[in-house]
Amino acid sequence: MAVSKKKATGPAAVPRADWPLGIHRTLAASQVRLVGYVPDAGHKRLIELCHADRGMQSVVLSTEEEGVGLAAGAWLGGTRAALLMQSSGVGNCINALGMLRECRIPLLMLVTMRGQFGEFNPWQVPMGQATPAVLSAMGVVVHEANSADAVAPAVETAARLAYGSYQAVAVLISQAVIGIKSFQEQRSQ
Amino acid sequence: MKPAPMQRRSVVRALLKDRGRLLVVAGLGSTAWDCTAAGDSPLTFPLWGAMGNAAMIGLGLALAQPGRRVLVITGDGEMLMGLGSLATIGVQKPRNLSVVVIDNERYGETGMQATHTASGVDLSTTALACGFGAAALVREARALPALRKAIHAGAGPLFAQVKVVAEKLPLVLPPREGGVLKSRFRKALLGKAADLD
Repeated sequence: MAVSKKKATGPAAVPRADWPLGIHRTLAASQVRLVGYVPDAGHKRLIELCHADRGMQSVVLSTEEEGVGLAAGAWLGGTRAALLMQSSGVGNCINALGMLRECRIPLLMLVTMRGQFGEFNPWQVPMGQATPAVLSAMGVVVHEANSADAVAPAVETAARLAYGSYQAVAVLISQAVIGIKSFQEQRSQ
Repeated sequence: MKPAPMQRRSVVRALLKDRGRLLVVAGLGSTAWDCTAAGDSPLTFPLWGAMGNAAMIGLGLALAQPGRRVLVITGDGEMLMGLGSLATIGVQKPRNLSVVVIDNERYGETGMQATHTASGVDLSTTALACGFGAAALVREARALPALRKAIHAGAGPLFAQVKVVAEKLPLVLPPREGGVLKSRFRKALLGKAADLD
């Protein structure tokens, strides 16, 4: 019988470019059992990792606002939830976020940014630029991750703040991390 | 002979009769007052805001508590604001979730303006098309005991659109503070663990 020689010293290091893997590990370590999302190209790998994790239930939403209700219901039932979305989706959540503040329900939001660095689609710019101010206005704590190296530490501290201190916390993952879409790339996808 | 029109308070009272271990989410407005009139409970989460989100709160709760039955009682205006959630629930297919819409075809808190259901929009067919296992349009009180039974023991997700008369009733209000409503719900459901997570 083959015996694994791998030392039980914890998970292997996460390659710099694989920041979604770092996020997934943080979600798992934080006992997040429910993940709601509206897909974004920047979250493609993280969504796949969450779906593949048998300890997590992943729920695709019709609109991001639904995810706030999903997370609130999960917390009422004793389960930690996280939401994945693009910056445009933050605007769809605004009124629902008021519930998290009024009821003091923790939530970790992972937001991939558009309309930020080198955006090619002008329609993404207004909401992208307004995202931090909109979240702050609704009482959501904002952490920004502007490089691939910064993502894992930002998500770890955000998760601690969210579930340890019962806060709604958003990590904004910069367009500088995700890369800039072009029409050519979109055509080839 | 046309069946006698149903009154919302008696419908909700019949559905919540001997509710046992049922977890209830009550949608913003009249349905929250209806649930309170039937008897306030820490295991009812009445919404004072977040319009359009009642069914999704029910879904989150149902997924977190697969061993408990979850009932969302909401109004037609509230449900219409979150129609996409019917598709989201239909895809997840939680067996322990029921959504009951008390349909008076009016926005009751804002001057009794007509909702889309007054013009024939059929929520029960919508729910069925979205993948709910069962969806009923209920017009007669004699159907309520079977609906109550299905809420407690049927295979969900279950949907019912219950037509009621449009009437303004005395307010019967639950506590208002969100933190209180959340904490009492978690405490009643989770016990000591509610305060330690």
